[in-house]
Amino acid sequence: MSLRNPQFRSAARRVRGLGAAHTGTGHFIGSRVTSVALLFLSIAFVAVVVGLLGRNHAAVVQILGSPLVAVLMLLFVGTTAYHMWIGMQEIIIDYVHDDGPKFAALVANSFFCVVIGVACVFAILKLSFGV
Amino acid sequence: MADSSTPRMKPRPLSPHLQIYRMTLTMAMSIVHRITGAGLYFGMALVAWMLIAAASGPNAYATFETFISSIIGRVILFGYTWALIHHGLGGVRHLVWDMGRGFEPTEREMLTLATLIGSIGLTIVVWVVGYFALGGLR
Repeated sequence: MSLRNPQFRSAARRVRGLGAAHTGTGHFIGSRVTSVALLFLSIAFVAVVVGLLGRNHAAVVQILGSPLVAVLMLLFVGTTAYHMWIGMQEIIIDYVHDDGPKFAALVANSFFCVVIGVACVFAILKLSFGV
Repeated sequence: MADSSTPRMKPRPLSPHLQIYRMTLTMAMSIVHRITGAGLYFGMALVAWMLIAAASGPNAYATFETFISSIIGRVILFGYTWALIHHGLGGVRHLVWDMGRGFEPTEREMLTLATLIGSIGLTIVVWVVGYFALGGLR
């Protein structure tokens, strides 16, 4: 009754003993593992972009569509999309405390990362397989 | 009894926040790490634009190229290069700290200074190489 009604409990009482949400560690590890991968993939990405400088469209398509470059770029954009999703989520949770704006920001973050990831992957595949 | 409309919350002790402390190099670089991360986040839209433009055709790519070779485009690209390298080196420093190493006062200052100097140096190296790839300054 009154004891079971969460309305009559303090905020601390409601959460005490429940422990952590048990999913934070996964994000921590995911963030670190992708960061190690991105150290190498970012070097490849910068090398590719430097290689594209000043070239015409046909040459750019040929370079981005070649298997080695395409695979490195796919790995880069995929890993980046996941890494930036976790990172921005952490920033939002740190600074946005009201439920409504926080929920909206977290959803917007997910949408943005998925759109960026899918757009990049689709473009690279199209450059590789043509049409 | 306390009024039922007001929650009976004791004010909890709060840890002192940024404005209490003297700004240190590690603090500044911690903030910069987050800012560069957010910058790279939105910068990925530029990468997506480049790839979509290249996949769309010569006209779309020409539009992108006009933007990126303009003054504003170059400033953004330069900032993006530095942000990427600084965030990457800052990430290495955080990985070292995650291993529980590099926490001695001189070690952490050296590590932090190294990421700053390293990022500026490497950014200049990448741009010099980039200009040589273009066939020198023009």
